[in-house]
Amino acid sequence: MIDVNLNALLRQYRSNPYEELHIETPHTGIITFNVKVGDLVKGPSGAWKERPGTTLFTLEREGNVKKITAERDGEVSFVRDEVDGEFCEAREHVVTIRHRLSKDEIINFILRKVLYVFEAPETARYYLVPELEAVRDQKKEITLSPGDDFLIMSLMKRDTFLKYEGPKGTVFRLYFKPGDIVEQGEPLVGIASPEDLDIVDKIIQRIQSEWED
Amino acid sequence: MLERALYLGDIKNDPTWRGLDEVVERIKELKDSFYDIPEKQLIREIERIEDRVHFLEDRVAENITPMERVNIVRSTHRFTLMDILENVYDSYTELGGEGECNLDPAVVVARAVISRFVKNKIYSHQVMVIGHEKGKGEEFRNGGSAKPWGNDKALRYMKVAETEGIPIHFYIFTPGAFPIEDYPGAAQQIARNLYAMTKLKVPMVSFISEGGSGGAEAVGLSDFRLMASHGYYSVISPEGAAAIEGKIKEGEKVPKELIEHCAKELKITAEDNLRLGTIDRIVQEPPLGARRNDFAFFRRLRYEMIRATDEVVLKTKSFRAFRAYALRRKKEEGKDVPDEFDVVVNWNLNGLEKERLLEARSKKYRRMGLRFLKEGRPILPVIKKAKEAVSRGYYEIRYGLLKHHKKSVKQLIDDVSSEGAAMLKTFTDPVLSVYEFMFLEPKKRRRVVKQDHSPLHSVFTQDWEQYTSPLSNEDRTVTCPNAQKYGCVDLWVPDLYGEFAGVCPTCGHHFPLEYQWYINNLFDKGSVKEFNQHLASSNPLGFKGFDARLKRDARRTKRNSAMITFDAEIMGLKVVVAMLIGSFRNGTVGTVEGEKFVRACDRAQTTKRPFLCYVHTTGGIRIHEGTLGVIQMPKCTMAVREYIDSGGLYIVVYDNNSYAGPVASFLGCSPYQFAIRSSRIGFAGPRVIRETSGTDVPPDYHSARNALKRGHIQGIWDRRMFRKNLLEALLRMGGPKLYYR
Repeated sequence: MIDVNLNALLRQYRSNPYEELHIETPHTGIITFNVKVGDLVKGPSGAWKERPGTTLFTLEREGNVKKITAERDGEVSFVRDEVDGEFCEAREHVVTIRHRLSKDEIINFILRKVLYVFEAPETARYYLVPELEAVRDQKKEITLSPGDDFLIMSLMKRDTFLKYEGPKGTVFRLYFKPGDIVEQGEPLVGIASPEDLDIVDKIIQRIQSEWED
Repeated sequence: MLERALYLGDIKNDPTWRGLDEVVERIKELKDSFYDIPEKQLIREIERIEDRVHFLEDRVAENITPMERVNIVRSTHRFTLMDILENVYDSYTELGGEGECNLDPAVVVARAVISRFVKNKIYSHQVMVIGHEKGKGEEFRNGGSAKPWGNDKALRYMKVAETEGIPIHFYIFTPGAFPIEDYPGAAQQIARNLYAMTKLKVPMVSFISEGGSGGAEAVGLSDFRLMASHGYYSVISPEGAAAIEGKIKEGEKVPKELIEHCAKELKITAEDNLRLGTIDRIVQEPPLGARRNDFAFFRRLRYEMIRATDEVVLKTKSFRAFRAYALRRKKEEGKDVPDEFDVVVNWNLNGLEKERLLEARSKKYRRMGLRFLKEGRPILPVIKKAKEAVSRGYYEIRYGLLKHHKKSVKQLIDDVSSEGAAMLKTFTDPVLSVYEFMFLEPKKRRRVVKQDHSPLHSVFTQDWEQYTSPLSNEDRTVTCPNAQKYGCVDLWVPDLYGEFAGVCPTCGHHFPLEYQWYINNLFDKGSVKEFNQHLASSNPLGFKGFDARLKRDARRTKRNSAMITFDAEIMGLKVVVAMLIGSFRNGTVGTVEGEKFVRACDRAQTTKRPFLCYVHTTGGIRIHEGTLGVIQMPKCTMAVREYIDSGGLYIVVYDNNSYAGPVASFLGCSPYQFAIRSSRIGFAGPRVIRETSGTDVPPDYHSARNALKRGHIQGIWDRRMFRKNLLEALLRMGGPKLYYR
């Protein structure tokens, strides 16, 4: 059974429904800020995220003026004004963006806590094994037991079967689209034990109904 | 009357013009309360409105501006191809689909019958009708914008007409081709159509009502070009030209005055086009333009189509002089359409006549726009002609006669020697083996041919006096655009543009380099010899403000056109090169660029050398030259087709950005097209696609990789390997027949 205090989790997110994104300088250079505290910034937009987000600051090194843009929507909560127009070292925290979490993001965060998440061991293309793919096509539940072959990792023309090594359970969420390249460490599959499925559903329903975006 | 009033609103693009809205309101009121008003009052009221509408019509007809002509053509009251098929032709069968259930509803193809009266007898002709259907507001017609498969359908039935030996009547009602890159891509398909049409062995007549640039050319290359008096034929829509001229940002409104100014400056009307020589005759319409029910106009159109087809056919006949004269005289007799024709002309052509047809077509397109070319006359034209004749004769003997003769003799010797050797072998073999056994000789040491590894023979780049880009003179760093994706390190400019040849060492992204880099690094040292450099771009339409821009570009680039043509050598292989450069008017093609290309093509044909077209950048057809620019598409394609048909090898290499007209014609028709890495190739840019089709396209939509995927190009080359790859391509595609098949 899931040992999660759902009320406490929700209370925590309700009291502070923000994620703080600390922006650091990628390298040394003379920094010029384009935003001030309280400004609203936008992350990349467009169907392919082809339009970059709001420029936070520019960093000039050897005549090369590089724009550093916001990766997420939010409000600027901190700007290190004292270095504006000055030389700045690399990896210095210079801007903080307060990003308000959306309903889907909260669900994902909580699910990551309550589900057993299987992460990508390597950056590669991942597929479900054909038997499980067939089960998914029939829109049935995929049940996994330790030792089952459940994923194919396709890398450099080599297909490696991955064995499931977590607790016995049902696949609740697939975080990837079969055939897509997934970065190492990114979640692939979220698994819940059959008896926990109801609880997980309840968590989602509760967030959906109670949370205001 | 309501339709007439609404039509006036369409023409003026203003439903409230001179109280038109009130007139329309009043007509609607009368219509609704028809039976409530006393008869006399009703008649009086109708007469009053009739007078008013008539008065307004007269005012509109007094002076129709170019932009109003565009509005006329775009009006839903305007006749369409289906109206023509119903009213001009006796009967027809639509091919390749019907209505919505169609390969591409924007393109209609039909087998039709057209007939004429001669001495009270009816004579019918079979024709293939191909054109755009704008529809009467139906969404599926796409406003007459053909998709690639629509143009492919047109091409398929052009070939059917050729097989069956029947003339083709083209009807152009398009604002432009639908700008998508789905297989094979809008540009590729138009190029294929143009390439095929240059040598289609049937008479072709086209009629232009709305001729929108490349889309129009896809079914517009013909032996006789008619144009509706109220139609427009243009390189770009006035709105598009205004957005470019006014540097209007996407989403912002283009000022109406600027649109009207551009419509005027682009010289898009029938009179303008006749004066420019891009069409052959105007078909007169009623004063406010022909509408769906103008049967007198359809009668005239039928007459003009038959007459134009007759003229094309008669020009191929041996007794053509008399017949052509008779037809011309008929024209002069009066403007009314006669009830009968004087003669019946058989539209079938025999072998010799087909040859004459193609010859006349070639001459027609090659001459187009030439009178706007500013070229100093040679001091002694006779000497120039003699020089040309001598060089033609020399290359004919060198690569034609002698080579052909040598080839035949060699083949004969090979055949005889191999036959003889086979025969003799049976007798000589036993004797030879006994001889070898008795008089065994020590094996001779093979002579080792020393390979020359001097830098003069580098196939990569020319190492001896390496050209370095002036871009490398800056002491700063730049960031690769793929830095976030691939983690590319910042690049020091002298390294990037010097040693790295403008290529990111981490991800291989190619930064743009100036065209001089290619001239200096691609060809053998001292082998580049430019010709026709005296031809300079001009402003044939007198486009306001364009002269100053031309001068500025000439001063900045020290060139006088966007096309450079030269003879060059790659590892000793002689080639003729045409190069479109981006620094001069963004590599756009106008009359001079087209003519230089044609001359380079002809030079390659005369000297029997391979022909390379390197596209540093091209932004399309130069809008400031209007349809004089558009006709460079069929003209240059004609030259390419004749060069390839005569046995030449034509290779195109794209770099940076290559878009629109040139890609959709003389570049896209090459069987061997390659691209330098990081280049973009396509028909229309993302903004135009968004504005016309309303859909967004992914950032890599025009990438060379996608062009390779859809079969537009045959390979992507690294800039550093350009010389080697080009040499390989020349040797592989040309093989032993490099200097002509």
